[in-house]
Amino acid sequence: MQKEVMFAGFGGQGILLSAKLLAYAAMKQGAQVMWIPSYGPEMRGGTAYCTVVVSDRLIGSPIIKNPAHLVAMNRPSLEKFAPVVKPGGVVLINSSLIPVRSGRTDIQELIVPANDAAIQLGSVKCANIIAVSAFAAKSGMVDIEILRKCVQEEFSSKPKLIPINMQAFDEGLKIAAAS
Amino acid sequence: MGKTFSRPEALSDAHTHYCPGCTHGIAHRLVAEVIDELGIRGRTVGIAPVGCAVLAYNYFSCDFQEAAHGRAPAMATGMKRVRPDLMVFTYQGDGDLASIGMGEIVHAANRGEKFTTIFINNAIYGMTGGQMAPTTMPGQRATTAPTGRNVEETGMPIRMCELLSSLATPGYIARQALLKPQYINKAKKAIKQAFEYQMAHKCFSFVELVSTCPTNWGMTPLNALKWAEDTLIPYYPLGEFKKPE
Amino acid sequence: MAKVLMKGNEAIGEAAIRAGCLNYFAYPITPQSEVAEYLAKRMPEVNGVFLQGESEVAVGYMIFGAAACGERVMTTSSSPGVSLMSEAISYIAGARCPAVFVNIVRGGPGLGGILPSQGDYFQATKGGGHGDYHLLVLAPDGVQEAVEMTMMAFPLAEKYRGPVMIMGDGLIGQMMEPVEFPENLYVPPSNKDDWATTGMDKRGSTKKNIVKSLYLDPKVLNQNNLTLKAQYEQMKREEIRFEAYNTDGDYQALIVSYGTMSRVCKTAIDNMKEQGLEIGMIRPKTLFPFPEKAIHDAAIKPSCKRVISIEMSMGQMIEDVERSLKGKREVTWFGQCGGDIYTPEEVAEHVVSLLKNN
Repeated sequence: MQKEVMFAGFGGQGILLSAKLLAYAAMKQGAQVMWIPSYGPEMRGGTAYCTVVVSDRLIGSPIIKNPAHLVAMNRPSLEKFAPVVKPGGVVLINSSLIPVRSGRTDIQELIVPANDAAIQLGSVKCANIIAVSAFAAKSGMVDIEILRKCVQEEFSSKPKLIPINMQAFDEGLKIAAAS
Repeated sequence: MGKTFSRPEALSDAHTHYCPGCTHGIAHRLVAEVIDELGIRGRTVGIAPVGCAVLAYNYFSCDFQEAAHGRAPAMATGMKRVRPDLMVFTYQGDGDLASIGMGEIVHAANRGEKFTTIFINNAIYGMTGGQMAPTTMPGQRATTAPTGRNVEETGMPIRMCELLSSLATPGYIARQALLKPQYINKAKKAIKQAFEYQMAHKCFSFVELVSTCPTNWGMTPLNALKWAEDTLIPYYPLGEFKKPE
Repeated sequence: MAKVLMKGNEAIGEAAIRAGCLNYFAYPITPQSEVAEYLAKRMPEVNGVFLQGESEVAVGYMIFGAAACGERVMTTSSSPGVSLMSEAISYIAGARCPAVFVNIVRGGPGLGGILPSQGDYFQATKGGGHGDYHLLVLAPDGVQEAVEMTMMAFPLAEKYRGPVMIMGDGLIGQMMEPVEFPENLYVPPSNKDDWATTGMDKRGSTKKNIVKSLYLDPKVLNQNNLTLKAQYEQMKREEIRFEAYNTDGDYQALIVSYGTMSRVCKTAIDNMKEQGLEIGMIRPKTLFPFPEKAIHDAAIKPSCKRVISIEMSMGQMIEDVERSLKGKREVTWFGQCGGDIYTPEEVAEHVVSLLKNN
């Protein structure tokens, strides 16, 4: 069984980090994982995207045409990638920055006002943590407690940032549960 | 009466391929004497250039590497970085160092690599047969400048000591000549000084030696010495250009 | 040891250290700069040498100088940078020094692009620099294999006293996968006293060592080239590595593919199998020496109607595949080289259409 999720947004939104945290958690659960960034001119301010593949067997192709899920952190990402998500997948829409919806009825939309919620917690920078925990809760792709530990470890060298990111993590779970 | 003059231990018992009147032999001997006096032959590695001195490894009795055209300072960098205890010198001519290897020598000097460069400036390409070098004098004839170097087209000769001295990184930069005994004595002092700075892990050290090439200049050895004294020395003044501290 | 999640580029840097290579010189170029960035931090922690050279030309000779001293040394670069280093690689091959070069290939020719490619196959396997020489070329298909091949590269370079190249691509450099650093791949450095310029005192010798590639006597030069040739022949006997995928039973077509492209092909083969279509694959892990016999034997299986060389280049490896088949099977090419990589669906579609038209 293989599942893929594409994280997409502006450069600077923490896209690569969200994807890495998810990949870490899956690896700790014993799964095969692959983290494939987009690299190139689009890194500088344009659309950044990154795919995480999680599987119970050796992963073949790093080239994924139709991911199972999508985390769209800005409007161009949603418009570009929502049409290629496999039916039944989760499409997370960062509603703080995206006023539209996917237009698809065969997927599960998860509406997360990630930026607004992050600003309320005190820093817009933790919007990516809200998104990743909400996505993980909704999709069931990784174990929530393992993911929480990965987030904690990620900030272990900057302990001041742990509390706000833990709050962000819980906020994401709350939003997913309410949806 | 005891022996008063002998071949330095750091020189092999070999006949060189250098032309009659060429000053490479003197330069080799001075470097070898310094290696002997400092007692460092067993931990010295020389780097031969592309040019007349490409076979220098046959004439020195220490370890040697052979570089590609102009790249000796990069090889010396690689060696000194991984084996700082080795004494490393590059031996390069003007085509090798000031033309194709300009980038490598400037950056090695600017990083302050702790090796020594012996730079033979005879204002011409020797091995390839008398083509124009970056150090060829205005009006000087070369096979690729048959009517003499036209500085309107090719620029003025490059003064390496002055150029390297302009770098802010500390270094030892000196120019001496091999044209007469007084000069040769000073040249040896400069070479020794350069190796001593290297031994003390102090700085990059560079000794330019104004030399002759009677064959490619089309002169007798004596006329070549005179021409170098009259033409090269005024443009390439002798002395220490830079010392560390 | 537990698995860690690492980028290919960083994993290659760490693997070099685990292989006992504490000397690294490089020049930044996308998409391999993370190796240099990683080792800039990591080398000081292990008392190793890190130096950013002024150009790939200079870096090539820093590698030469260090390798000629008998020290384990590595550089990493990407296509245009490897072109600049090719001069030094020729000298290193001629002077017979062990050294490891990593090429995280990007699109070409010229500046090309920065996305993944396999367009440097000819450069890596057929020369690149001047003169009669080959590199032993290892082609990993992911981060774990990049680690293993990096660790193997140093003893191999020492065994043959020559340069070894690891040819990855931008994707392998940039993606993260879980990796393990196998301790059993560490091999202590060989004794190099008989040729390296280590300084006579250090090796307790009165005989000087000279590292050089100039042999003006034609007989001596020919002899040196014969020595190199003998080494390449020995590599063909002892170092060929490949993976055979889905070749046990019958298959209608054989794919030959390596590196990132071979992973795409594996998924395509799995998907076609589910549809009842059997396709085999030979994946060369060494590009030189090339697994000629394995490809030949797999291709002449009676069930096999087509042989396809699938590459992220405009058809370079296909020439070696053709050579391997000795005219017994026709081989066709499928690939692209702009930076986009065919998906498993596109590969399968191509294979199916070929078999239909057969």
